[in-house]
Amino acid sequence: MKMLGQKNNRDNREGLKGWLNPLRYGWERVSYWLQRLTGIFLLVYFVGHVFETSSLVGGRNAWDTMLEMTQTTWGHTFLIMVIGASTFHSANGIRLIFTHVGIGLGKPGRPDYPYYPSSLNTRQRSGIWIALILTAVAMLYGANVLLGGD
Amino acid sequence: MNGISKLALKESQIMKIHYITGILALFVVAVHILMRLVVPYSSSLEYAHVIANYHNIFYAILLESILVLISIHGFNGVRVILLELRQSKIWENSVTITTIIAMIVLVSYGTRTIILANGLGL
Amino acid sequence: MRELDNMTVKSDKKAGCDPRDDSFDLKKTTLRVFRTNTAQGKDSHFDSLVVPVQRWTTVLDSLLYAKSYLDSSIGIRYSCRMASCGSCGMKINGIPRLACYTKISELEDPVVVCEPLPNFPVIRDLVTDFTQFFNHHKSINPYIQNLNYDKTEKIDEVSSSHSHRQSREEVDKYLQFSYCIKCGLCYSACPTVATDTKFPGPQALAQLYRYYADSRDAGKNRLNIVDDRHGLWRCHFAGSCSKVCPKGVDPALGIQLLRSYMLGISKDKRNV
Repeated sequence: MKMLGQKNNRDNREGLKGWLNPLRYGWERVSYWLQRLTGIFLLVYFVGHVFETSSLVGGRNAWDTMLEMTQTTWGHTFLIMVIGASTFHSANGIRLIFTHVGIGLGKPGRPDYPYYPSSLNTRQRSGIWIALILTAVAMLYGANVLLGGD
Repeated sequence: MNGISKLALKESQIMKIHYITGILALFVVAVHILMRLVVPYSSSLEYAHVIANYHNIFYAILLESILVLISIHGFNGVRVILLELRQSKIWENSVTITTIIAMIVLVSYGTRTIILANGLGL
Repeated sequence: MRELDNMTVKSDKKAGCDPRDDSFDLKKTTLRVFRTNTAQGKDSHFDSLVVPVQRWTTVLDSLLYAKSYLDSSIGIRYSCRMASCGSCGMKINGIPRLACYTKISELEDPVVVCEPLPNFPVIRDLVTDFTQFFNHHKSINPYIQNLNYDKTEKIDEVSSSHSHRQSREEVDKYLQFSYCIKCGLCYSACPTVATDTKFPGPQALAQLYRYYADSRDAGKNRLNIVDDRHGLWRCHFAGSCSKVCPKGVDPALGIQLLRSYMLGISKDKRNV
Protein backbone atom coordinates (compact mmCIF):
# COMPACT_ATOMS: atom_id res chain seq x y z
CA MET A 1 0.00 0.00 0.00
CA LYS A 2 1.20 3.47 -0.84
CA MET A 3 1.29 5.53 2.32
CA LEU A 4 0.53 9.21 2.39
CA GLY A 5 3.42 10.76 4.27
CA GLN A 6 4.70 9.70 7.71
CA LYS A 7 7.01 6.75 7.95
CA ASN A 8 5.67 3.50 9.29
CA ASN A 9 5.55 3.45 13.03
CA ARG A 10 5.81 0.11 14.81
CA ASP A 11 5.27 1.61 18.25
CA ASN A 12 2.70 -0.38 20.28
CA ARG A 13 2.13 -2.96 17.51
CA GLU A 14 1.14 -6.24 19.13
CA GLY A 15 3.72 -8.08 17.04
CA LEU A 16 3.93 -11.87 16.85
CA LYS A 17 2.10 -12.34 20.13
CA GLY A 18 -0.86 -10.67 18.41
CA TRP A 19 -1.45 -13.79 16.35
CA LEU A 20 0.15 -16.37 18.59
CA ASN A 21 -2.61 -15.92 21.19
CA PRO A 22 -5.84 -17.30 19.69
CA LEU A 23 -8.04 -17.17 22.77
CA ARG A 24 -9.48 -13.67 22.73
CA TYR A 25 -11.69 -13.39 19.67
CA GLY A 26 -13.67 -16.60 19.22
CA TRP A 27 -13.52 -19.61 16.93
CA GLU A 28 -12.59 -17.74 13.75
CA ARG A 29 -9.38 -16.54 15.37
CA VAL A 30 -8.63 -20.10 16.57
CA SER A 31 -9.12 -21.33 13.01
CA TYR A 32 -6.77 -18.62 11.67
CA TRP A 33 -4.15 -19.62 14.24
CA LEU A 34 -4.46 -23.35 13.55
CA GLN A 35 -4.39 -22.82 9.77
CA ARG A 36 -1.06 -21.00 10.08
CA LEU A 37 0.56 -23.39 12.52
CA THR A 38 -0.56 -26.51 10.64
CA GLY A 39 0.65 -24.93 7.38
CA ILE A 40 4.13 -24.31 8.75
CA PHE A 41 4.24 -27.73 10.40
CA LEU A 42 3.16 -29.49 7.19
CA LEU A 43 5.80 -27.70 5.10
CA VAL A 44 8.49 -28.76 7.59
CA TYR A 45 7.18 -32.33 7.39
CA PHE A 46 7.05 -32.18 3.58
CA VAL A 47 10.69 -31.08 3.31
CA GLY A 48 11.64 -33.87 5.73
CA HIS A 49 9.55 -36.39 3.78
CA VAL A 50 11.22 -35.50 0.47
CA PHE A 51 14.57 -35.91 2.21
CA GLU A 52 13.71 -39.26 3.88
CA THR A 53 12.31 -40.82 0.69
CA SER A 54 15.47 -39.81 -1.19
CA SER A 55 17.18 -42.66 0.68
CA LEU A 56 15.53 -44.91 -1.93
CA VAL A 57 18.26 -44.06 -4.42
CA GLY A 58 20.88 -45.37 -1.97
CA GLY A 59 19.49 -48.88 -2.39
CA ARG A 60 17.73 -51.35 -0.08
CA ASN A 61 20.15 -50.90 2.85
CA ALA A 62 19.82 -47.12 2.92
CA TRP A 63 16.02 -47.42 2.72
CA ASP A 64 15.89 -49.98 5.57
CA THR A 65 18.19 -47.82 7.73
CA MET A 66 15.89 -44.85 7.17
CA LEU A 67 12.87 -47.00 8.08
CA GLU A 68 14.56 -48.11 11.28
CA MET A 69 15.06 -44.48 12.24
CA THR A 70 11.58 -43.27 11.42
CA GLN A 71 9.29 -46.25 12.10
CA THR A 72 9.41 -45.86 15.86
CA THR A 73 6.69 -44.96 18.36
CA TRP A 74 7.84 -41.34 18.29
CA GLY A 75 7.96 -41.40 14.49
CA HIS A 76 4.42 -42.75 14.41
CA THR A 77 3.21 -40.16 16.93
CA PHE A 78 4.70 -37.49 14.70
CA LEU A 79 2.92 -39.01 11.69
CA ILE A 80 -0.40 -38.95 13.58
CA MET A 81 0.15 -35.23 14.14
CA VAL A 82 0.86 -34.85 10.41
CA ILE A 83 -2.41 -36.64 9.63
CA GLY A 84 -4.29 -34.30 11.99
CA ALA A 85 -2.57 -31.18 10.64
CA SER A 86 -3.19 -32.07 7.01
CA THR A 87 -6.85 -32.93 7.66
CA PHE A 88 -7.49 -29.65 9.46
CA HIS A 89 -5.51 -27.58 6.96
CA SER A 90 -7.43 -29.14 4.05
CA ALA A 91 -10.93 -28.99 5.52
CA ASN A 92 -10.51 -25.49 6.91
CA GLY A 93 -8.68 -24.43 3.74
CA ILE A 94 -11.69 -25.40 1.63
CA ARG A 95 -13.95 -23.39 3.96
CA LEU A 96 -11.60 -20.42 3.63
CA ILE A 97 -11.50 -20.61 -0.16
CA PHE A 98 -15.30 -20.48 -0.18
CA THR A 99 -15.31 -17.46 2.15
CA HIS A 100 -12.58 -15.74 0.12
CA VAL A 101 -14.85 -15.83 -2.90
CA GLY A 102 -17.77 -14.54 -0.85
CA ILE A 103 -19.71 -17.80 -0.45
CA GLY A 104 -21.42 -18.67 2.86
CA LEU A 105 -21.04 -15.28 4.48
CA GLY A 106 -24.53 -13.85 4.15
CA LYS A 107 -25.43 -10.62 2.42
CA PRO A 108 -24.79 -7.07 3.53
CA GLY A 109 -27.91 -5.44 4.94
CA ARG A 110 -29.13 -2.86 7.41
CA PRO A 111 -27.61 -3.63 10.82
CA ASP A 112 -29.96 -3.57 13.81
CA TYR A 113 -28.91 -3.51 17.43
CA PRO A 114 -27.73 -5.85 18.92
CA TYR A 115 -25.35 -6.37 16.05
CA TYR A 116 -24.44 -9.88 14.92
CA PRO A 117 -21.88 -9.80 12.12
CA SER A 118 -23.22 -11.97 9.32
CA SER A 119 -19.74 -13.12 8.28
CA LEU A 120 -19.26 -14.81 11.67
CA ASN A 121 -22.36 -16.93 11.25
CA THR A 122 -23.20 -20.43 12.42
CA ARG A 123 -22.38 -21.87 9.01
CA GLN A 124 -18.79 -20.63 9.33
CA ARG A 125 -18.49 -21.78 12.93
CA SER A 126 -19.92 -25.18 12.01
CA GLY A 127 -17.31 -25.36 9.24
CA ILE A 128 -14.56 -24.89 11.82
CA TRP A 129 -16.09 -27.49 14.16
CA ILE A 130 -16.48 -29.97 11.30
CA ALA A 131 -12.81 -29.44 10.40
CA LEU A 132 -11.87 -30.12 14.04
CA ILE A 133 -14.06 -33.22 14.24
CA LEU A 134 -12.62 -34.58 10.97
CA THR A 135 -9.15 -33.92 12.37
CA ALA A 136 -9.91 -35.93 15.50
CA VAL A 137 -11.41 -38.79 13.46
CA ALA A 138 -8.44 -38.86 11.06
CA MET A 139 -5.98 -38.86 13.95
CA LEU A 140 -7.82 -41.73 15.65
CA TYR A 141 -7.84 -43.71 12.41
CA GLY A 142 -4.15 -42.94 11.90
CA ALA A 143 -3.36 -44.00 15.46
CA ASN A 144 -5.25 -47.24 14.91
CA VAL A 145 -3.27 -48.02 11.75
CA LEU A 146 0.13 -46.85 12.95
CA LEU A 147 0.13 -47.83 16.61
CA GLY A 148 -2.48 -50.60 16.66
CA GLY A 149 -0.57 -52.96 14.38
CA ASP A 150 -1.88 -54.59 11.19
CA MET B 1 15.74 -5.15 -12.37
CA ASN B 2 13.16 -3.73 -14.79
CA GLY B 3 13.02 -7.02 -16.64
CA ILE B 4 12.39 -8.87 -13.37
CA SER B 5 9.62 -6.53 -12.30
CA LYS B 6 7.92 -7.09 -15.67
CA LEU B 7 7.89 -10.81 -14.85
CA ALA B 8 6.43 -10.21 -11.40
CA LEU B 9 2.93 -11.53 -10.91
CA LYS B 10 0.20 -9.49 -9.32
CA GLU B 11 -0.69 -10.57 -5.82
CA SER B 12 -4.16 -11.62 -6.99
CA GLN B 13 -2.58 -13.91 -9.60
CA ILE B 14 -0.24 -15.40 -7.00
CA MET B 15 -3.12 -16.06 -4.63
CA LYS B 16 -5.19 -17.66 -7.39
CA ILE B 17 -2.25 -20.02 -7.92
CA HIS B 18 -2.15 -20.57 -4.14
CA TYR B 19 -5.81 -21.63 -4.02
CA ILE B 20 -5.61 -23.81 -7.15
CA THR B 21 -2.42 -25.60 -6.03
CA GLY B 22 -4.03 -26.16 -2.61
CA ILE B 23 -7.15 -27.79 -4.07
CA LEU B 24 -5.20 -29.90 -6.57
CA ALA B 25 -2.71 -30.97 -3.90
CA LEU B 26 -5.60 -32.21 -1.78
CA PHE B 27 -6.70 -34.58 -4.55
CA VAL B 28 -3.27 -35.91 -5.47
CA VAL B 29 -2.25 -36.42 -1.84
CA ALA B 30 -5.54 -38.25 -1.24
CA VAL B 31 -4.70 -40.63 -4.12
CA HIS B 32 -1.14 -41.02 -2.75
CA ILE B 33 -2.48 -42.03 0.67
CA LEU B 34 -5.21 -44.29 -0.74
CA MET B 35 -2.56 -46.16 -2.74
CA ARG B 36 -0.84 -46.87 0.56
CA LEU B 37 -4.02 -48.14 2.21
CA VAL B 38 -4.73 -50.87 -0.37
CA VAL B 39 -1.95 -52.96 1.19
CA PRO B 40 -1.14 -53.44 4.92
CA TYR B 41 0.77 -50.46 6.30
CA SER B 42 4.05 -52.24 7.05
CA SER B 43 4.24 -53.99 3.69
CA SER B 44 3.47 -50.72 1.89
CA LEU B 45 6.86 -49.50 3.11
CA GLU B 46 8.86 -52.49 1.89
CA TYR B 47 11.63 -51.56 -0.51
CA ALA B 48 10.38 -53.76 -3.35
CA HIS B 49 6.85 -52.41 -3.05
CA VAL B 50 7.98 -48.80 -3.03
CA ILE B 51 10.31 -49.27 -6.02
CA ALA B 52 7.49 -51.01 -7.88
CA ASN B 53 5.35 -47.96 -7.26
CA TYR B 54 8.04 -45.69 -8.68
CA HIS B 55 8.25 -47.89 -11.78
CA ASN B 56 4.61 -47.16 -12.49
CA ILE B 57 4.84 -44.07 -14.69
CA PHE B 58 1.42 -42.79 -13.59
CA TYR B 59 2.39 -43.03 -9.95
CA ALA B 60 5.68 -41.28 -10.69
CA ILE B 61 3.77 -38.46 -12.39
CA LEU B 62 1.43 -38.32 -9.38
CA LEU B 63 4.42 -37.98 -7.02
CA GLU B 64 5.96 -35.29 -9.19
CA SER B 65 2.73 -33.33 -9.22
CA ILE B 66 2.46 -33.60 -5.41
CA LEU B 67 6.02 -32.33 -5.20
CA VAL B 68 5.38 -29.34 -7.44
CA LEU B 69 1.93 -28.43 -6.08
CA ILE B 70 2.84 -28.61 -2.40
CA SER B 71 6.15 -26.81 -2.94
CA ILE B 72 4.39 -23.90 -4.64
CA HIS B 73 1.55 -23.80 -2.10
CA GLY B 74 3.76 -24.29 0.94
CA PHE B 75 6.55 -21.86 0.08
CA ASN B 76 4.07 -19.22 -1.01
CA GLY B 77 2.38 -19.66 2.37
CA VAL B 78 5.73 -19.11 4.10
CA ARG B 79 6.36 -16.06 1.91
CA VAL B 80 3.04 -14.58 2.99
CA ILE B 81 3.79 -15.16 6.68
CA LEU B 82 7.29 -13.70 6.38
CA LEU B 83 6.12 -10.66 4.40
CA GLU B 84 3.74 -9.84 7.21
CA LEU B 85 6.47 -9.97 9.82
CA ARG B 86 8.68 -7.13 8.63
CA GLN B 87 8.34 -4.41 6.03
CA SER B 88 11.32 -3.15 4.09
CA LYS B 89 12.35 -3.46 0.49
CA ILE B 90 15.42 -5.57 1.33
CA TRP B 91 13.45 -7.96 3.57
CA GLU B 92 10.58 -8.33 1.12
CA ASN B 93 12.82 -8.98 -1.89
CA SER B 94 14.98 -11.38 0.12
CA VAL B 95 11.92 -13.31 1.28
CA THR B 96 10.59 -13.58 -2.29
CA ILE B 97 13.92 -14.68 -3.75
CA THR B 98 14.70 -17.11 -0.90
CA THR B 99 11.31 -18.83 -1.10
CA ILE B 100 11.57 -19.18 -4.89
CA ILE B 101 15.06 -20.66 -4.58
CA ALA B 102 13.94 -23.02 -1.77
CA MET B 103 11.01 -24.11 -3.93
CA ILE B 104 13.27 -24.83 -6.93
CA VAL B 105 15.83 -26.71 -4.78
CA LEU B 106 13.15 -28.91 -3.17
CA VAL B 107 11.44 -29.68 -6.49
CA SER B 108 14.80 -30.51 -8.12
CA TYR B 109 15.86 -32.74 -5.24
CA GLY B 110 12.54 -34.58 -5.19
CA THR B 111 12.51 -34.94 -8.98
CA ARG B 112 16.00 -36.45 -8.82
CA THR B 113 14.69 -39.12 -6.40
CA ILE B 114 11.69 -39.87 -8.63
CA ILE B 115 13.80 -40.15 -11.80
CA LEU B 116 16.53 -42.27 -10.20
CA ALA B 117 14.04 -44.53 -8.37
CA ASN B 118 12.14 -44.94 -11.62
CA GLY B 119 15.29 -46.26 -13.25
CA LEU B 120 16.37 -48.51 -10.35
CA GLY B 121 16.20 -52.31 -10.56
CA LEU B 122 14.36 -54.28 -7.89
CA MET C 1 -45.09 17.44 37.35
CA ARG C 2 -45.92 15.83 40.67
CA GLU C 3 -47.59 12.98 38.76
CA LEU C 4 -44.56 12.54 36.58
CA ASP C 5 -42.31 12.25 39.67
CA ASN C 6 -44.55 9.58 41.15
CA MET C 7 -44.50 7.66 37.91
CA THR C 8 -40.70 7.65 37.85
CA VAL C 9 -40.49 6.41 41.43
CA LYS C 10 -43.01 3.68 40.67
CA SER C 11 -41.16 2.46 37.60
CA ASP C 12 -37.83 2.33 39.49
CA LYS C 13 -39.17 0.15 42.30
CA LYS C 14 -36.75 -2.71 41.54
CA ALA C 15 -34.70 -3.32 44.72
CA GLY C 16 -31.21 -1.84 44.75
CA CYS C 17 -31.68 0.15 41.55
CA ASP C 18 -33.01 3.47 42.72
CA PRO C 19 -30.40 5.81 44.26
CA ARG C 20 -33.22 7.39 46.33
CA ASP C 21 -33.98 4.02 47.89
CA ASP C 22 -32.36 3.22 51.28
CA SER C 23 -31.48 -0.26 50.07
CA PHE C 24 -29.54 1.16 47.13
CA ASP C 25 -26.30 -0.74 46.89
CA LEU C 26 -23.40 1.34 45.59
CA LYS C 27 -20.72 -1.07 44.47
CA LYS C 28 -17.10 -0.23 43.90
CA THR C 29 -14.67 -1.45 41.30
CA THR C 30 -10.97 -1.05 40.74
CA LEU C 31 -9.80 0.61 37.57
CA ARG C 32 -6.27 -0.24 36.52
CA VAL C 33 -5.29 2.55 34.16
CA PHE C 34 -2.22 2.42 31.92
CA ARG C 35 -0.08 5.54 32.42
CA THR C 36 2.74 6.81 30.24
CA ASN C 37 3.97 9.95 28.59
CA THR C 38 6.00 9.28 25.47
CA ALA C 39 6.96 12.94 24.92
CA GLN C 40 8.59 13.10 28.34
CA GLY C 41 10.07 9.62 27.96
CA LYS C 42 8.49 8.39 31.18
CA ASP C 43 8.28 4.68 31.98
CA SER C 44 4.84 3.15 31.73
CA HIS C 45 2.98 1.82 34.75
CA PHE C 46 -0.56 1.07 35.94
CA ASP C 47 -2.46 3.20 38.44
CA SER C 48 -5.18 1.55 40.52
CA LEU C 49 -8.21 3.71 41.24
CA VAL C 50 -11.30 2.66 43.18
CA VAL C 51 -14.49 4.11 41.71
CA PRO C 52 -18.21 3.75 42.54
CA VAL C 53 -20.19 1.71 40.05
CA GLN C 54 -23.88 1.34 39.33
CA ARG C 55 -25.55 -1.15 37.05
CA TRP C 56 -25.48 1.29 34.14
CA THR C 57 -22.01 2.77 34.69
CA THR C 58 -19.82 2.60 31.61
CA VAL C 59 -16.04 2.40 31.63
CA LEU C 60 -15.96 5.96 30.28
CA ASP C 61 -18.22 7.14 33.13
CA SER C 62 -15.87 5.62 35.69
CA LEU C 63 -12.77 7.01 33.97
CA LEU C 64 -14.35 10.48 33.98
CA TYR C 65 -15.25 10.01 37.67
CA ALA C 66 -11.62 9.09 38.37
CA LYS C 67 -10.43 12.10 36.35
CA SER C 68 -12.81 14.44 38.21
CA TYR C 69 -12.31 13.25 41.78
CA LEU C 70 -9.18 11.10 42.02
CA ASP C 71 -6.53 12.01 39.46
CA SER C 72 -7.09 14.83 37.00
CA SER C 73 -3.95 13.99 35.02
CA ILE C 74 -5.37 10.82 33.39
CA GLY C 75 -5.19 11.25 29.60
CA ILE C 76 -8.31 10.05 27.74
CA ARG C 77 -9.95 11.08 24.49
CA TYR C 78 -13.74 11.12 24.29
CA SER C 79 -16.52 13.21 22.90
CA CYS C 80 -20.08 12.02 22.28
CA ARG C 81 -20.41 9.37 25.04
CA MET C 82 -22.87 7.43 22.84
CA ALA C 83 -20.79 5.34 20.40
CA SER C 84 -21.13 7.83 17.59
CA CYS C 85 -17.81 9.66 17.44
CA GLY C 86 -15.40 6.73 17.85
CA SER C 87 -12.99 8.65 20.11
CA CYS C 88 -12.87 6.55 23.28
CA GLY C 89 -11.57 3.26 21.87
CA MET C 90 -9.23 1.45 24.26
CA LYS C 91 -8.24 -2.04 25.31
CA ILE C 92 -10.56 -2.99 28.16
CA ASN C 93 -9.77 -6.28 29.90
CA GLY C 94 -7.73 -7.43 26.92
CA ILE C 95 -10.24 -6.64 24.14
CA PRO C 96 -10.48 -3.42 22.10
CA ARG C 97 -13.81 -1.73 22.98
CA LEU C 98 -15.40 1.70 23.13
CA ALA C 99 -15.27 2.90 26.76
CA CYS C 100 -18.64 4.64 26.38
CA TYR C 101 -20.25 1.48 25.01
CA THR C 102 -18.94 -0.94 27.64
CA LYS C 103 -20.83 -1.29 30.89
CA ILE C 104 -18.69 -2.36 33.84
CA SER C 105 -21.48 -4.67 35.04
CA GLU C 106 -21.27 -6.57 31.72
CA LEU C 107 -17.54 -7.20 32.12
CA GLU C 108 -18.22 -9.38 35.19
CA ASP C 109 -14.75 -8.72 36.55
CA PRO C 110 -13.90 -6.97 39.83
CA VAL C 111 -10.95 -5.25 38.17
CA VAL C 112 -11.23 -3.25 34.95
CA VAL C 113 -7.92 -2.90 33.11
CA CYS C 114 -7.78 0.04 30.69
CA GLU C 115 -4.90 0.18 28.20
CA PRO C 116 -4.33 2.16 25.02
CA LEU C 117 -5.47 0.55 21.76
CA PRO C 118 -2.87 -1.94 20.51
CA ASN C 119 -1.36 -1.30 17.04
CA PHE C 120 -1.64 2.48 17.53
CA PRO C 121 1.37 4.51 18.74
CA VAL C 122 0.73 5.80 22.27
CA ILE C 123 0.79 9.56 22.87
CA ARG C 124 -0.12 9.65 26.56
CA ASP C 125 -1.93 7.26 28.90
CA LEU C 126 -4.97 6.01 26.96
CA VAL C 127 -4.60 8.44 24.05
CA THR C 128 -3.22 6.97 20.81
CA ASP C 129 -2.03 8.44 17.51
CA PHE C 130 -4.40 7.72 14.59
CA THR C 131 -2.23 9.31 11.85
CA GLN C 132 -1.20 6.01 10.28
CA PHE C 133 -4.73 4.65 10.50
CA PHE C 134 -6.19 7.70 8.77
CA ASN C 135 -3.43 7.60 6.15
CA HIS C 136 -4.48 4.07 5.26
CA HIS C 137 -8.08 5.26 5.09
CA LYS C 138 -7.14 8.11 2.75
CA SER C 139 -5.06 5.84 0.53
CA ILE C 140 -8.16 3.96 -0.70
CA ASN C 141 -9.77 7.20 -1.98
CA PRO C 142 -12.77 7.19 0.34
CA TYR C 143 -15.11 9.25 -1.80
CA ILE C 144 -17.35 8.68 -4.77
CA GLN C 145 -15.54 9.01 -8.08
CA ASN C 146 -17.77 9.73 -11.01
CA LEU C 147 -15.95 11.71 -13.68
CA ASN C 148 -18.62 11.21 -16.33
CA TYR C 149 -21.17 12.86 -14.18
CA ASP C 150 -18.89 15.76 -13.29
CA LYS C 151 -17.97 16.50 -16.89
CA THR C 152 -21.09 15.90 -18.90
CA GLU C 153 -24.14 16.25 -16.70
CA LYS C 154 -25.75 19.62 -16.47
CA ILE C 155 -26.08 20.66 -12.86
CA ASP C 156 -29.75 21.22 -12.85
CA GLU C 157 -32.20 19.83 -10.38
CA VAL C 158 -33.68 17.15 -12.64
CA SER C 159 -30.46 15.60 -13.91
CA SER C 160 -28.69 15.63 -10.54
CA SER C 161 -31.61 13.99 -8.77
CA HIS C 162 -31.86 11.43 -11.55
CA SER C 163 -28.19 10.54 -11.51
CA HIS C 164 -28.21 9.86 -7.77
CA ARG C 165 -31.25 7.63 -7.75
CA GLN C 166 -30.60 4.23 -6.18
CA SER C 167 -32.82 1.26 -5.55
CA ARG C 168 -33.16 -0.16 -2.04
CA GLU C 169 -31.09 -3.19 -3.12
CA GLU C 170 -28.32 -0.94 -4.38
CA VAL C 171 -28.26 0.94 -1.08
CA ASP C 172 -28.26 -2.27 0.95
CA LYS C 173 -25.05 -3.36 -0.79
CA TYR C 174 -22.99 -0.69 0.94
CA LEU C 175 -25.11 0.91 3.66
CA GLN C 176 -23.83 -1.09 6.62
CA PHE C 177 -20.23 -0.27 5.71
CA SER C 178 -20.99 3.42 5.66
CA TYR C 179 -21.86 3.21 9.39
CA CYS C 180 -18.11 3.00 10.17
CA ILE C 181 -17.15 5.59 12.80
CA LYS C 182 -13.39 5.09 12.38
CA CYS C 183 -12.91 4.16 16.02
CA GLY C 184 -9.96 1.90 15.15
CA LEU C 185 -11.14 -1.15 17.15
CA CYS C 186 -10.98 -3.44 14.10
CA TYR C 187 -7.49 -2.18 13.24
CA SER C 188 -6.49 -2.91 16.80
CA ALA C 189 -7.88 -6.46 16.84
CA CYS C 190 -6.51 -7.51 13.42
CA PRO C 191 -3.68 -10.09 13.66
CA THR C 192 -2.15 -8.93 10.36
CA VAL C 193 -2.04 -5.28 11.42
CA ALA C 194 -0.24 -6.52 14.57
CA THR C 195 2.89 -7.09 12.47
CA ASP C 196 2.31 -5.53 9.04
CA THR C 197 2.57 -1.74 9.01
CA LYS C 198 1.79 -1.50 5.28
CA PHE C 199 -1.42 -3.53 5.46
CA PRO C 200 -4.33 -1.06 5.16
CA GLY C 201 -6.32 -2.90 7.82
CA PRO C 202 -9.97 -3.92 8.02
CA GLN C 203 -11.34 -0.40 8.27
CA ALA C 204 -9.76 0.90 5.07
CA LEU C 205 -10.51 -2.28 3.12
CA ALA C 206 -14.16 -2.34 4.24
CA GLN C 207 -14.41 1.31 3.16
CA LEU C 208 -12.92 0.40 -0.19
CA TYR C 209 -15.74 -2.11 -0.58
CA ARG C 210 -18.23 0.51 0.56
CA TYR C 211 -17.29 2.81 -2.35
CA TYR C 212 -16.70 -0.01 -4.80
CA ALA C 213 -20.20 -1.41 -4.20
CA ASP C 214 -21.85 1.98 -4.51
CA SER C 215 -23.72 2.16 -7.82
CA ARG C 216 -22.91 5.88 -8.08
CA ASP C 217 -19.17 5.22 -8.09
CA ALA C 218 -17.25 4.75 -11.33
CA GLY C 219 -13.67 4.73 -9.97
CA LYS C 220 -11.64 2.57 -12.37
CA ASN C 221 -8.54 1.94 -10.31
CA ARG C 222 -10.04 0.99 -6.96
CA LEU C 223 -9.07 -2.68 -6.83
CA ASN C 224 -5.54 -2.11 -8.16
CA ILE C 225 -4.76 0.06 -5.13
CA VAL C 226 -4.90 -2.97 -2.85
CA ASP C 227 -3.69 -5.69 -5.23
CA ASP C 228 -0.14 -5.82 -3.89
CA ARG C 229 2.03 -7.62 -1.35
CA HIS C 230 0.54 -5.81 1.62
CA GLY C 231 -2.95 -5.24 0.27
CA LEU C 232 -6.23 -7.09 0.33
CA TRP C 233 -4.64 -10.55 0.21
CA ARG C 234 -3.08 -10.22 3.62
CA CYS C 235 -6.52 -10.63 5.19
CA HIS C 236 -6.91 -14.23 6.35
CA PHE C 237 -10.45 -13.96 7.66
CA ALA C 238 -9.68 -14.27 11.36
CA GLY C 239 -12.92 -12.32 11.86
CA SER C 240 -11.64 -10.42 14.92
CA CYS C 241 -12.45 -7.08 13.24
CA SER C 242 -16.12 -7.98 12.93
CA LYS C 243 -16.15 -9.35 16.45
CA VAL C 244 -15.09 -6.03 18.02
CA CYS C 245 -16.91 -3.61 15.69
CA PRO C 246 -19.35 -1.58 17.83
CA LYS C 247 -21.52 -0.50 14.88
CA GLY C 248 -22.28 -3.80 13.14
CA VAL C 249 -20.20 -2.83 10.12
CA ASP C 250 -18.74 -6.36 9.71
CA PRO C 251 -15.49 -5.38 7.95
CA ALA C 252 -14.60 -9.05 7.37
CA LEU C 253 -17.68 -9.43 5.17
CA GLY C 254 -16.77 -6.36 3.10
CA ILE C 255 -13.21 -7.62 2.61
CA GLN C 256 -14.30 -11.09 1.47
CA LEU C 257 -16.86 -9.58 -0.93
CA LEU C 258 -14.19 -7.28 -2.32
CA ARG C 259 -11.97 -10.30 -2.84
CA SER C 260 -14.70 -12.12 -4.74
CA TYR C 261 -14.78 -9.16 -7.17
CA MET C 262 -11.01 -9.25 -7.50
CA LEU C 263 -11.07 -12.98 -8.24
CA GLY C 264 -13.75 -12.41 -10.85
CA ILE C 265 -16.28 -14.63 -9.03
CA SER C 266 -18.66 -11.70 -8.53
CA LYS C 267 -19.16 -9.85 -11.77
CA ASP C 268 -18.19 -6.21 -11.78
CA LYS C 269 -20.56 -3.71 -13.26
CA ARG C 270 -17.67 -1.55 -14.44
CA ASN C 271 -15.37 -4.22 -15.93
CA VAL C 272 -12.44 -2.91 -13.92
